[in-house]
Amino acid sequence: MSTEVLRCQDLCFGWRDSPVLMLESLCVAAGERVFLGGPSGSGKSSLLALIAGLVLPQEGCITVAGQDLASLSAAGRDRWRARHLGIIFQQFNLVPYLSGLDNVLLAAALSGIGRASGKERALALAERLELSEVLLARKAIELSVGQQQRVAAVRAMIAEPALLIADEPTSALDDRRRDHFMTLLLRESERQNSAVLFVSHDQRLAAHFDRHLDLPTLNGAAPCSGD
Amino acid sequence: MLWRLTLRSLWHRRATLVLVVLAIALSTALLAGVERVRQETRDRFTSTVSGVDLIVGKPSGALNLLLYSVFRLGEPVANLDWESVEAITERPEVAWVVPISLGDNLRGFPVVGTTTDYFRYYRYGRGETLRFSAGEPFDDVFDAVLGAGVAARLGLKVGDEVVLGHGTGTVSVRRHDTMPFKVRGVLAATGTPVDQSVHISLAAMSAIHLDWVAGTPLPGRHTSPDQARSRDLQPDSVTSLLVGLNSRVAVFQMQRWINTRAPEPLQAVIPGVALGQMWRMLGMVEQALRVISVAVLGVALLVMLSALLTALNERRREMAILRALGARPWQIGLLMVGESALLSLVGVVAGVLLLQGVAALAMPILSERLGMALSLWRPAPLEALWLLVVLVSGTLVGLIPAWRAYRHTLSDGLTPRY
Repeated sequence: MSTEVLRCQDLCFGWRDSPVLMLESLCVAAGERVFLGGPSGSGKSSLLALIAGLVLPQEGCITVAGQDLASLSAAGRDRWRARHLGIIFQQFNLVPYLSGLDNVLLAAALSGIGRASGKERALALAERLELSEVLLARKAIELSVGQQQRVAAVRAMIAEPALLIADEPTSALDDRRRDHFMTLLLRESERQNSAVLFVSHDQRLAAHFDRHLDLPTLNGAAPCSGD
Repeated sequence: MLWRLTLRSLWHRRATLVLVVLAIALSTALLAGVERVRQETRDRFTSTVSGVDLIVGKPSGALNLLLYSVFRLGEPVANLDWESVEAITERPEVAWVVPISLGDNLRGFPVVGTTTDYFRYYRYGRGETLRFSAGEPFDDVFDAVLGAGVAARLGLKVGDEVVLGHGTGTVSVRRHDTMPFKVRGVLAATGTPVDQSVHISLAAMSAIHLDWVAGTPLPGRHTSPDQARSRDLQPDSVTSLLVGLNSRVAVFQMQRWINTRAPEPLQAVIPGVALGQMWRMLGMVEQALRVISVAVLGVALLVMLSALLTALNERRREMAILRALGARPWQIGLLMVGESALLSLVGVVAGVLLLQGVAALAMPILSERLGMALSLWRPAPLEALWLLVVLVSGTLVGLIPAWRAYRHTLSDGLTPRY
């Protein structure tokens, strides 16, 4: 097995005495595509917040891109997230008052990429995701949902993250656009050799992935309310 | 990058934020305006009487005496006898005496009966004397010297003829039309009530009232100007006296002498003391205005707070995005404070501009009401302090949404709750 970009070991996370998430093991190898089936209430939000380093587990250990998150300060985790993680949400992914390009450049700035090289990379990446420079110059709210999601993909991948997390990114798209988006996203992540952790309850998308996991099965906490 | 984000975010919501800026601008203009008017009126009033040591008149209250003698505000109650003028003039402490006789007007501008000493001894500002922009002091009985404002407003110049009206109102039913005056001189502008006054000799004052008794013309009597010149025009009484002393040290001694030992009951007033009384009275009004201004500022800050908090709820998604991109919680807080600081700054700048605009409109009106050229362009010394108060309090208001945004980012994680 190649190097791991994500390793969760013996995780226990919860509010007060009721654990939301108990996870024996979850690993993603470099460049691997993992489909994680996770309906609402399965502890998905908590898992994502843990991997992103926004919160720390009460027990267990999370390693992202070779770094144990618990050994970093809060600021260190924020920096680590900016550099090594790309995140795509369901929808409303963009800062509404910035142009598509500025959304991408904001991510570039936060992950320590200079403005000039950030712009160059953004335009190249956008072209591969079938976004023209004209579209990128538009304000986020003037873009269609499909275009917004592609800008979000550009933004998530601008720093060539080791791990790309996508949280139901296609739920707002119709079938045709969904398949198109998946093709573009996976092609580009492969080019960059970013691993993809794709969280969705839509099992039809599972076919695109190397490995399928099911969060309710993995999560020993049997939570009643997670999201 | 944060700075850019702040600007873009504000610009995005400019339609609502214009109202916030307006509210802050209004309160800034009010606070600064009150300060300016306060400072300027004090400066003006003080400089108008800079060279006068005592003002003497019939007992009627120090402030009243000062206001009608020097500022032509209010009505004189009674006159003092010429004997008293002579008695005071003869005192060794007295350097000069300028009698003032009021009661007539030139189309609403007060007429001051006085002596040529008025032009020699009256001081304003930092001890400046009156200067003539044209002509010279009155010489003949029917000569008049106009203040700069009178000449400009009525379009009069040296050599023009004018007819005075009886009484101190703006519209005179009775006019001294049998005895027209010739403009002999025009004074340079001083920014004091002198600009709004018409000066004639005491003899002229007596002459135009030769045919009058108790404020009404005697029927059938028509003294011609030439006949008047041949009559005894020595006045019996004057309205008040401006007194200059050889040494300011003698001022209390002289005041006591006039108040107790003069030939008739008189009151001598030290201008600075009377003005002090006025400032104490006005102080309450100023305080009230200031309280209102501060309350308006409070409302403006609440308007801003409500705008920021409302927006914050809509922006929880945006905060989650920024967090996902690696923004630190304090950076998100700073975004909020940056917005409130920038809004306050724009509001303060707009407020100062607004004040300049209002000052331009209000200056002529206020100046006319007070009979003094107020200049409200100049920022008052304390004004900067108030601007700073608005800026700082406005910025501090941003701490509340900043704190809430900070809390949200910690509790929301990557999935904001609405």
